[in-house]
Amino acid sequence: MEHKNLSLTLKVWRQKNSKAQGGFETYKIDGISTEMSFLEMFDVLNEKLINEGKEPVAFDHDCREGICGMCSMYINGRPHGPWHGTTTCQLHMRAFNNGDTIVVEPWRAKAFPVIRDLVVDRSAFDRIIEAGGYVSVNTGTPQDANAIPIPKQKADAAFDSAACIGCGACVAACKNSSAMLFVSAKVAQLANLPQGQPERATRALNMLDQMDKEGFGSCTHTGACEAVCPKEISVLNIAKLNNEYLGASLTVARD
Amino acid sequence: MSNGNFFTSSVGRKSIMGATGFFLISFLVVHVAINSLIFINIFNPSDKGHTFNVAANFMATNWVIHIMEVVLVLGLLAHAATGIRITILNKQKRPVKYAIAPTSSTWYSRSMGLLGTLILLFLVVHLRDFWYPTKVAEFVNHDIDQFNTYQVIVAAFQNPIRVVIYLVGVASLFYHLMHGFQAAFRTFGLVNKKYFSTIQCAGKYFAIIVCTLFALMPILTFIGLIK
Amino acid sequence: MTLNSKVPEGRMDQKWDNYKASVSLVGPANRRRLEVIVIGTGLAGASAAATLGEMGYKVKAFCFQDSPRRAHSIAAQGGINAAKNYQNDGDSDYRLFYDTEKGGDYRSREANTYRLAQVSANIIDQCVAQGVPFAREYGGMLANRSFGGVLVQRTFYAQGQTGQQLLLGAYSALERQVALGTVTMYSRHEMLDVVVIDGKARGIIARNLVTGELERHFGHAVVMCSGGYGNVFYLSTNAMGSNVTAAWKAHKKGAYFGNPCYVQIHPTCIPVSGDYQSKLTLMSESLRNDGRIWVPKKKDDNRKPNDIPDEERDYYLERRYPAFGNLVPRDVASRAAKERCDAGYGVGSSKQAVYLDFKSAIERYGKTEAHKKGMHNPSKEEITEMGKDVVKSKYGNLFAMYEKITGENPYEVPFRIYPAVHYTMGGLWVDYELMTTLPGLYALGECNFSDHGANRLGASDLMQGLADGYFVIPYTIGSYLSKEIRTNAIPTDHPAFDEAEKNVRGRLEQLLNIKGTKSVDHYHKALGQIMWHKCGLARNEKDLKDAIQEIKALRAEFWKDVRVPGEMNSLNPELEKAGRVADFFELAELMCIDALNRDESCGCHFRLEHQTEDGEALRNDKDFAFVSAWEHQGDENWELHKEPLTYEYIEVKQRSYK
Repeated sequence: MEHKNLSLTLKVWRQKNSKAQGGFETYKIDGISTEMSFLEMFDVLNEKLINEGKEPVAFDHDCREGICGMCSMYINGRPHGPWHGTTTCQLHMRAFNNGDTIVVEPWRAKAFPVIRDLVVDRSAFDRIIEAGGYVSVNTGTPQDANAIPIPKQKADAAFDSAACIGCGACVAACKNSSAMLFVSAKVAQLANLPQGQPERATRALNMLDQMDKEGFGSCTHTGACEAVCPKEISVLNIAKLNNEYLGASLTVARD
Repeated sequence: MSNGNFFTSSVGRKSIMGATGFFLISFLVVHVAINSLIFINIFNPSDKGHTFNVAANFMATNWVIHIMEVVLVLGLLAHAATGIRITILNKQKRPVKYAIAPTSSTWYSRSMGLLGTLILLFLVVHLRDFWYPTKVAEFVNHDIDQFNTYQVIVAAFQNPIRVVIYLVGVASLFYHLMHGFQAAFRTFGLVNKKYFSTIQCAGKYFAIIVCTLFALMPILTFIGLIK
Repeated sequence: MTLNSKVPEGRMDQKWDNYKASVSLVGPANRRRLEVIVIGTGLAGASAAATLGEMGYKVKAFCFQDSPRRAHSIAAQGGINAAKNYQNDGDSDYRLFYDTEKGGDYRSREANTYRLAQVSANIIDQCVAQGVPFAREYGGMLANRSFGGVLVQRTFYAQGQTGQQLLLGAYSALERQVALGTVTMYSRHEMLDVVVIDGKARGIIARNLVTGELERHFGHAVVMCSGGYGNVFYLSTNAMGSNVTAAWKAHKKGAYFGNPCYVQIHPTCIPVSGDYQSKLTLMSESLRNDGRIWVPKKKDDNRKPNDIPDEERDYYLERRYPAFGNLVPRDVASRAAKERCDAGYGVGSSKQAVYLDFKSAIERYGKTEAHKKGMHNPSKEEITEMGKDVVKSKYGNLFAMYEKITGENPYEVPFRIYPAVHYTMGGLWVDYELMTTLPGLYALGECNFSDHGANRLGASDLMQGLADGYFVIPYTIGSYLSKEIRTNAIPTDHPAFDEAEKNVRGRLEQLLNIKGTKSVDHYHKALGQIMWHKCGLARNEKDLKDAIQEIKALRAEFWKDVRVPGEMNSLNPELEKAGRVADFFELAELMCIDALNRDESCGCHFRLEHQTEDGEALRNDKDFAFVSAWEHQGDENWELHKEPLTYEYIEVKQRSYK
């Protein structure tokens, strides 16, 4: 692949801590190879800032191969940037042109407060899983793994939902900051499997209630979540969650 | 936000939107069907709005319809109130806005609150134009039998400003339906992989057909095909 | 101190049962009083924390990421081995044990490996019960595939995301315990020291990475599940945050470090494209099932790959290893690639890459498809088209990932691949109970040394992490904690906590106060270069000796001239990195010492001085059939302890893949 070097203008959100007032800083940066990943471009920027005696930009990242879900930049009006089905760490600078201005913001949502610069607190997702995103089975000696056959279509559907990496792009893209795609992916995964049946109804109720408590908005079906999801989780999961929740609301007595 | 109460949960609120939405859609079907009777006059000018007036008078006087009118108002109010509530709540979920707003979805799906408001404003004009006079005729003047809805409509749509207002109203409805029809199905989980595209298609055609028929009435009247 | 591996008596296949039958237990009432600290929330950590929580222990779990679900186990692609024998192809606990021992070039402890094979089947049952969506056949049964170095199909998988699905299973079990209150989760916390009281691990000092505060946590026992140290090479397939710090602090507090020089270098990774490169991406080993690896026969051949005719290509693996061909084990394939590139036959702009070509596979599959469809005279284009569809169905996600990263379409031009540091078999030395030489401190998963010898087989890492966490530690920790039921929780104002916190704070302040001229990454990259070239795929005495001196010099420079911006009391990623790199320096030196000391070739450890006539690894079982366990004795000083390896159940042979 032929590579070119780019000169870019970056407008990056800087914020000292969760309480501080944030704002955009503008940086000029040269010699960015088109073969770099977006985060490597940020490495170069940070190296430059350190050499100039300034504080580098804080951003979340870890695996840099698109699976841990930690990276979370909102790039030019789109979570994870312009490429479809791609995390920020897998986005490469080929996606940009020489002279471009790139605006980078943190995920913005009441439920995802900014910790510093581009780093946000996504622990709300953990608490939603705590509310019921599991099968209540202790470690021990369950029955043989092949004792309950699972139709391939069901297993595949469960996998497609389970592929969610919990990055929060769905929330970041949603005009309502709704976490429905995230919640629904877990609910749908377990609703599709026989192991998930005993807690199926309470799981949908509890996870959704927790989502509401955490301060996420409601789903108005704009489909923005699916459009930006790096794992291309389908909005049909949300329909399934709605169905599960309504059914559960009608059948489960709550205290 | 939620305390386990269905009607204050996010999905619960959306269910109210969906249920009232479905109900309002069914009303639209009746409304557009009766409206369409007016087109008979294009092919049969000798009708002089008779068929249309019979249907309109029936709708204006039947006691079942009267009850349904009340239900309709309640449904509309519930739809509007819940919609406003959802819109406000959802806006609060992002206290700091993006410098570049997200655009990964259709504009109209993001603008249901705005479109709904436009429709509501349009409804005020619309009710003042056509519903209010029939009520005056029925309950004040007691001459509903002589009331010629057809003539009132033909007269009203000679005014180009009114025609434009109606077209804006219908356009708002069109985009509202383009999103709302399929969204209601999704809210109730009535879609799956197999039927998703069917529902989306149905929503699109429903919006196109209903809104075209609605729009044709002022347009054809204005250009003189209905007179 | 002499090493006691505490391997139970009895026949190999009965040792674990005997152990379980005789190990001391802790009653449920006492468990509620006993506190256990778990460091790391990957497969080993999450499964251990969840299981110990279920048993009723008071567990505190720590991870440096923003959520336990991000641990790097999540990136494992291929699958997890288990001796289920669902395919009826002759698998058994013994065969899994045998394959693991042989794959590890006979450098692992028999009893541990056998136990791993024994509990492997139970892992699959457990994961399925949790709702892990493994791949299934149309009949609803679990599917299996085959992996390198074995003759059976025993690998369970969930597309190319098996690690993710297994970790999310363990994570959900963990979160369930968090909800029940048995586990307290500390995300964005990094362990920076072990607190030792009366010779036992009794707690940790952790830094809250958001506020920068140092926290003290007491535990009756500390369970280390902090992963591998591949990032000592700077470039590896590890996550950016993967580090040795937790394990290294434990080492400095008395836990011996086992076999630090055993590093697995994975043959099929996307090559380095420039100096800015921050990490390397693995392409699953499964690609070697259908792809053919080659370089041009002519040196410095600058033609495009598709312009080089077949007779001018050197399919060097097929040439050198006619029996196994492109499917030789990882260590062999990696060395062969390096050999060709070093000899000047490398491809791509860096010349540090070889081709992995799917052209013949596409053609072969295309012809089969044509045959299936009853096409008698298919055109070349039709064959290629159908062949591509088949390849896409098997490897589509990998092809897409490669194209995303490199911008090249591997359906049209061959992949460029090169070996990259992937997994570290070495780690904290543990006995049969997974306890280190520091009483009360356990090490599970990749951070211990135990099960894979000098080379790990594909899909065995996930198996080991979950085996340790779900099925081993719950029993073995009882052996220690049953003696601790009278120990009350020690208040964290104990002088040992004061001392540990003071040291941690001092070190952090020292790093911040250097205020030098070069960034942490600068030093990390320089260290990586030394390690890659002198302690990487092939090693020799002179290079290793040089490396030790270079590391010492670089480390001294680091402590004089590194620039760590920011402050201690806030989120400061540079400070986190600086602490980790400082520990990598110390580890790197020990790795070189160990590699120098192990004057033989075995598995992934290849000493140029010890090779067969054909350039294969030559073991020396007479002098080196032992585990190197290094005891830290103050600054840059280590003493070697040897745990002899004896083999009762397998015959030790020279590996051959010809």
